[in-house]
Amino acid sequence: MANELMVDNILDQGVLDAQAIKNDFPIFKEVKQDPFVYLDSAASSQRPYSVIKSMDDYYRQTHANVHRGVYRIAEQATNLYENARCHLGKFLGAPHPELEIVFTKNATEAFNLFAQGYGRKFLSPRDVVLITKMEHHANIVPWMILKEQIGFELRFLDFDDDGQLILDDIEEKLKGVKILGVTMASNVLGTINPVKELTQMAHSVGAVVIADGAQYSPHFTTNVKDLGVDAYCTTAHKMLGPTGIGALWAKRSILQEMYPFLGGGEMIQNVTTEGFTTNDIPHKFEAGTPPIAEAVGLDAALTYLEGVSLTAIRAHELSLLTYAMDLMEERFGSRIKVFGPRDPKKRSGVISFELEGVHPHDVSQILDQEGVCVRAGHHCAKPLMTSLNVPATARASFYLYNTEEDVEALVAALERTEDFFK
Amino acid sequence: MSGLEDLYREIILDHYKNPRNQGTLETPPAVVEQGYNPLCGDEVKVFLVVEDEIVKDIKIDGQGCSISRSSASLMSNAVKGKSVKDAQTTIRTFKKMLALKDEDDIDGETIEPINEHTVGELIALQGVVKFPVRIKCATLPWNTLTQALQSAMAK
Ligand SMILES: Cc1ncc(COP(=O)(O)O)c(C=O)c1O
Repeated sequence: MANELMVDNILDQGVLDAQAIKNDFPIFKEVKQDPFVYLDSAASSQRPYSVIKSMDDYYRQTHANVHRGVYRIAEQATNLYENARCHLGKFLGAPHPELEIVFTKNATEAFNLFAQGYGRKFLSPRDVVLITKMEHHANIVPWMILKEQIGFELRFLDFDDDGQLILDDIEEKLKGVKILGVTMASNVLGTINPVKELTQMAHSVGAVVIADGAQYSPHFTTNVKDLGVDAYCTTAHKMLGPTGIGALWAKRSILQEMYPFLGGGEMIQNVTTEGFTTNDIPHKFEAGTPPIAEAVGLDAALTYLEGVSLTAIRAHELSLLTYAMDLMEERFGSRIKVFGPRDPKKRSGVISFELEGVHPHDVSQILDQEGVCVRAGHHCAKPLMTSLNVPATARASFYLYNTEEDVEALVAALERTEDFFK
Repeated sequence: MSGLEDLYREIILDHYKNPRNQGTLETPPAVVEQGYNPLCGDEVKVFLVVEDEIVKDIKIDGQGCSISRSSASLMSNAVKGKSVKDAQTTIRTFKKMLALKDEDDIDGETIEPINEHTVGELIALQGVVKFPVRIKCATLPWNTLTQALQSAMAK
């Protein structure tokens, strides 16, 4: 299947100066650790000075609650918050940015919102929700909770040795499916899934599609309209923004139909002793005081990403990824096993691996001693770990501020690790 | 790598590479309990045969990092052949060593001071204290042993 999401020949488009970019990120100067080689951006990225400053300025100069006061700074705060919404909508290619972005705490809450808002309304016990075995728990457990509440079949798509979804029997798998949930890019394997094609197939059986963009939107240009999906989740802290804010994008018609999720202030139009009526979308889903400073920070993060350009970021990551995979192969051969697609072009900038004879926990411990930060564990993807038949993996992930020296530090630290456990 | 030498002592690496009392026991007569470390996916199974309040046999099965595996291996040596009561004391002493219980007196029972003479080879795991995230790895088998002793005594 042609996967339209993989952009080929990207290497010669736009070169990015990672060392200069690093200088925009205070943590690389201020963290009390030398060397500090940060290779865990898939868990959470670092943030540039402009993001930190935007939030600081906001608290110093503008803060007031949104959508409530009529005084000037309250209106300014509301404008900043709504501008951030529009900016994220445009960043994702949403047809109606001001209506279709619901701010949440993170991507996880966005999935819970969709499961409880849409799933609970439209699923019945005879229906099927189809997800994949490479989903993050954020796109698994909300469906399991809902399944306990109303009962339906939760079905899984498998993947092959190259980390690609197995789609030979997709027609069979899609039988009875009302909702398809699929990750754009796997946080463990790096696989970039053919979501556009899958969406067309799902739509042909009348299913709606929710895509997990947590590992995609920080690294690739996103266009939800072109993808054709019905809903899309993302999270700010993986894309240079602050923690505490994420979003659900969904088509206007879908948001209008969804049940509200969290109840309280802001999401209502009227409340009497008899009941309530809901506010218009997207406010219908944003109960209570929202993460205003975080929205401001996210806005600045998107501006930064656009300034560098997602195309250049992808090209840079692809070159680091290729370099790292080649170097690991050259130095360790079969003693290192890299999970996921063998072709770097088919993956995002994460490398999960197993070093022969050394448990991932021990790998990350020794790497830490060498100043290299990688993640070890199940990466919130237990069904995926079970499919790979490993308890855990170590994972290095790249972003715009990583350099070839970072890759070399990783490989050197892995050599030390191997020596240590010899 | 000075700090690392505290964590990965020679004896720990030895028990990691050549774990003692590894394997399974038939249940019954043995009891088995399983422990998980949800953080890293490590799992351990402790098989135990208790007769006349003596730990007659113990076997360890599972997968994990060097710290959890060596801790399990050292633990199996430390409690095999001991009375249940002494095994429980060893567990408490071990936890005290990892600073999980700092009172000297737990449940009215005085715990011995921690040194080579009182805890033997287990002293090798003391360095784990400096690596707080790894304490869970070291204690996983011990918590599982506590459960296994309870199930054995409940029989
Ligand atoms: C693929 C994927 N989906 C969802 C999430 C959840 O993001 P958050 O923890 O911000 O809710 C993550 C983050 O680890 C992820 O990698």
